[in-house]
Amino acid sequence: MKYLTPASFAEAASLARDASGVTRFLAGGTDVLVQMRADIVTPDTLIDIKHIDGVRDIIRGADGGWTIGVATPGAEMKEHAELGAEWPGVVEGMDLIGSTQVQGRATLTGNLCNASPAADSVPAMVAAGVEVTVSGPDGSRRVKAEDIPVAPGRTSLSKGELISAVHIPPRGDNGGDAYLRFIPRTEMDIAVVGCGVNLRLDGDVITEARVSLGAVAPTVLLVQACADTIIGSTLDEAALDRLAEAASAACNPITDKRGTVKFRTHVAGVLAQRTAKIAYGRAKGETK
Amino acid sequence: MALDEYKPQSGDAELENKELKYVGTTPDRPDGLDKVTGKARFGADLSLPGMLFGAIVRSPHAHARIVKIDASKAEALDGVKAVVTRADFATGLEGEYGFVLENVMAGEKALYDGHAVAAVAATSALIARDAAKLVEVEYEVLPHVTDVDKAMAEGAPVINAAYADASVPEGMHPNVVRHHESGHGDVEAGFAEADLIVEDTYVTEAAHQGYIEPNACVAQMGSDGKGELWVCTQGHWYVQKHCAALLGMETAQLRVTASEIGGGFGGKTTVFQEPVALALSRKASRPVKLALQRSEVLRATGPTASASMDIKIGMKKDGTITAAEGTFRLQGGAFPGAPMEFSAMCAFACYDLANVRQVGWDVVSNRPKQAAYRAPGAPMAAFAVESVIDTACNKLGLDPLEVRLKNAAHDGTKASWGPRYDQIGMVATLEAAKAHPHYSAPLEPGQGRGVASGFWFNHGGETSVSLSLSEDGTCQVSVGTPDIGGSRASMALMAAEVLGIPYENIRVTIADTATLGYNDVSHGSRVTYASGLATIKAARAAVEKLCQRAAAKWGIEEDAVKWEDGCAVPSGANAGDFDPLPLAEITATMGSTGGPISGHFEATPEGAGVSFGTHIVDAEVDQETGATKIVRYTVVQDAGKAIHPAYVEGQYQGGAAQGIGWALNEEYVYGEDGRLQNTVFLDYRIPVASDLPMIDAVIVEVPNPGHPYGVRGVGETGIVPPLAAIANAVSNAAGVRLKSLPMNPPKILEALEDQAGDA
Amino acid sequence: MSKVHVTTSINGDSTEYLCDPRETLLDVLRDQLNLTGAKEGCGTGDCGACSVTMDDRLVCSCLVLGVEAEGKEIKTVEGIAEGETLHPLQRKFIEHAALQCGVCTPGILIAAKSLLEKNPDPTETEVRYWLAGNLCRCTGYDKIIRAVMDAAAEMREAA
Repeated sequence: MKYLTPASFAEAASLARDASGVTRFLAGGTDVLVQMRADIVTPDTLIDIKHIDGVRDIIRGADGGWTIGVATPGAEMKEHAELGAEWPGVVEGMDLIGSTQVQGRATLTGNLCNASPAADSVPAMVAAGVEVTVSGPDGSRRVKAEDIPVAPGRTSLSKGELISAVHIPPRGDNGGDAYLRFIPRTEMDIAVVGCGVNLRLDGDVITEARVSLGAVAPTVLLVQACADTIIGSTLDEAALDRLAEAASAACNPITDKRGTVKFRTHVAGVLAQRTAKIAYGRAKGETK
Repeated sequence: MALDEYKPQSGDAELENKELKYVGTTPDRPDGLDKVTGKARFGADLSLPGMLFGAIVRSPHAHARIVKIDASKAEALDGVKAVVTRADFATGLEGEYGFVLENVMAGEKALYDGHAVAAVAATSALIARDAAKLVEVEYEVLPHVTDVDKAMAEGAPVINAAYADASVPEGMHPNVVRHHESGHGDVEAGFAEADLIVEDTYVTEAAHQGYIEPNACVAQMGSDGKGELWVCTQGHWYVQKHCAALLGMETAQLRVTASEIGGGFGGKTTVFQEPVALALSRKASRPVKLALQRSEVLRATGPTASASMDIKIGMKKDGTITAAEGTFRLQGGAFPGAPMEFSAMCAFACYDLANVRQVGWDVVSNRPKQAAYRAPGAPMAAFAVESVIDTACNKLGLDPLEVRLKNAAHDGTKASWGPRYDQIGMVATLEAAKAHPHYSAPLEPGQGRGVASGFWFNHGGETSVSLSLSEDGTCQVSVGTPDIGGSRASMALMAAEVLGIPYENIRVTIADTATLGYNDVSHGSRVTYASGLATIKAARAAVEKLCQRAAAKWGIEEDAVKWEDGCAVPSGANAGDFDPLPLAEITATMGSTGGPISGHFEATPEGAGVSFGTHIVDAEVDQETGATKIVRYTVVQDAGKAIHPAYVEGQYQGGAAQGIGWALNEEYVYGEDGRLQNTVFLDYRIPVASDLPMIDAVIVEVPNPGHPYGVRGVGETGIVPPLAAIANAVSNAAGVRLKSLPMNPPKILEALEDQAGDA
Repeated sequence: MSKVHVTTSINGDSTEYLCDPRETLLDVLRDQLNLTGAKEGCGTGDCGACSVTMDDRLVCSCLVLGVEAEGKEIKTVEGIAEGETLHPLQRKFIEHAALQCGVCTPGILIAAKSLLEKNPDPTETEVRYWLAGNLCRCTGYDKIIRAVMDAAAEMREAA
């Protein structure tokens, strides 16, 4: 295995384009190293992107949004008070991945590119409307987070392309987000179901909503039907019932060692309700 | 504790009535400093000059004939020094040695996913792993079965037609390999007297011991036929005997040293990679380190048996149990040995029953060979029996602790498994549980409380201890039972008690196989009892010599000297008037007064005292998701005597935590292809810190007459009640009876739905 | 396969080694540098027994490549005590009987030390969640949590 440490994204992209065999980018390494250990993948070329300037920065943009460096570990996001105050759901989604130790290394970008349907940070990013910059040998482009994973373990990135920045939109007024997952223990598990909700209110009424579901389909889902059930409502009981129904209806899960089709479908509805309530409380400024 | 080893208590009365000065205190453990500074050396922590690294090639199939093994590509890899297969081990082994060899390295067939088929040694761990991938094994895949009930059913693939012993009645499937039946009275007559009969089937999945340190060893074999082995094990004499047999060498030529051990819980009472490392070392003529990866530990070592059990209990309206009957079908992997007779014998052992009958079946399947796991066989039986008792209590509107008290075994009770109990603590633990504030504390909405009791035999086993005094009056004690939870502290306390010298002046070492007599494994909750008894007797032997030296010095009769508080003192009116002679003054001149002073003791003590425990659990069930949270937990258990109470509490708390994992989330998940699906800790879900509450530990002390200070042993009983106690709490919280472990969220939700459907 | 030269600092000592890029930091610590305090319990970041800090950030050394330690400051369990003086956490673990087999202890001590440096006054729940990635199979965690809380209290008093 060749280990390379490019100093720029352009260099990283051209190294990846020119590499033969299996190429992986190394940010936090919490997936790549596990795959190497389990003999699932041993890359021929490993490109460590942590030597590129600015990859661990969390920067407030002119529009009030945020740019997160691709090698920023979850622990640094959690310690960033302003980011957490504006986007608690995104920060929580990231924070739920693995242990404190894993948080010292794992990144939003890695979680997205690992393309697991059960990735915890991805539903939160999708609900928040996160976009990423994809850099490649031929320049860069902006892509919505939900368009990166295309199947379990597969992304829409082509050879030589890598994510060079994560963009979280401006929070704006009267908004709130949340992410919840269901796991059998309290920590250290892969999500059996995950749900992200991002809302904006006008008074008590929901005017904008994005609802996402994880681990219930081959990729994380952005479910417009769920959003539609609560937009225009005050998240009353009837709206919550419709939301649960829509969430369960959107599921297309599998039965595996972590959960059954039936269980995932049911719990997706429960989680959608619980997550929406938290996001709603936050949008109203009533809870943190 | 091996299946053929249990003997009912028949030991001499040993209990002495004496005020204890050291025993019962909680000094710092002697190995504490090493363990908090990273200096303690565990199985994989030793390196030797010229050492190679080993890796094992494992079957990806649950059941397959091994057609051909071609290691030429592996052997050609730069850095590879040896490849071994079954051909490199002894032939003609029979019985348990034969099973162990077959498990350690497959012969004609791979019998489960992960079964070792070859191994390599190379100059680095990476090269060894690369080489293992280059070993080409041709398999003829055979049909497989991994479920106990399916393995017994007609048409199930036969694991080995020659396994079944004479106990199995004719007409059973060849996968049914052993049968047990015991009990007394007339159960049919007893059921006829009952006002209520509850009859149900319960199932449990296999759980792994889950020790955090993967099995590991360093082996060194020379062309002179001598060998050295460093290994994390619960019993290095067992390792010595088995490795020697499997390699076809003489036992005494193999010296085995027990490293510090990172947990065992029964799982390290046998051998897995040790004989393989020795075979690699013999072939390469270099030392070999072989440390398993976690996935290998889960696929190919341990776990406990899975079980399917039918229980029938008859009860009168006042709670009296009129009859009890149980059938226990245990699957212990691809070899005979599932602890079904322990399930059967422990099932009703807590109670004084006129009519009781229990039946056990040992069933083989395409899973790894089960290894002992803390009170092997007992927890699953308690789960089934105590759940049925709880069901009966609920139906009759009776308090579950009162019903247990009403039926509790007491001194003199004829046990369900045969003997009459001596002095026992079943009633005392129930009374202590009833009096504990936990039992009367109010519950929050959504919560349920469960109680359950459990029993374990405890064990004696072959034991040797050697103790020697130094000129400066300090003492060294060599014991042969690896310290898996603080036993060196307990040994030092007991030696201090006899010798009357400070705890700090005693150093306890786990001796290797070359420097002490034979010792049975650290299992069966036997260490504090048996090695403790041996330490006390070895110390007494030294004291006798100390008194002789004092008598000689004073010129009086030996029996006119007694030992008090670390000194020889004249005893009796005619002994004369001499100042107490401290131990250090006697040892200072021992070289010229008769020679070195030591004491030793070798025996197979048979006075282990049975023990009982009762647990109280509060659980909260999320009715929408089926998630369970354990909100409060209390362990009450009879220790006989707690030598070092803090480590006794630790055993109770650890047993409860393992029980919580087994009850709620731990399980072996096999796919349709017979492969284990959850081979890492991410998916083999043992409890993490945030899953658990503080665990209150209540030590009851009803002395064991078979030990000088009353020790019963505490390692195992603590895992017997939790499965049932948690099942009772969850069932009471959810309002529906859970009959299958683990009670994971999908299963609880399913049960809630089924109940809603029934209503 | 060519090896990479790495210069790093381990427990304050400048250290150089050559490693295969596939080797983890844990492999390097244990097999090359003979620092066997960090243990391999799983190799997949699930058990925490290999915990170390890298530039004061708590990580699993099995999830860090040896080559990634270049220019970093690594701290392991061997560096917690100052000479013969044990860290309060080390003392409290012995006092509270917070270890049985002791194989998880090095990782837990490193993790707990990292917690107390960030949060000198954690609640029981905070300690439990911070340590959720450090598996212990012996103790049921009870005495571990008590030892950490007690060490924190002592360190606050001393501060």
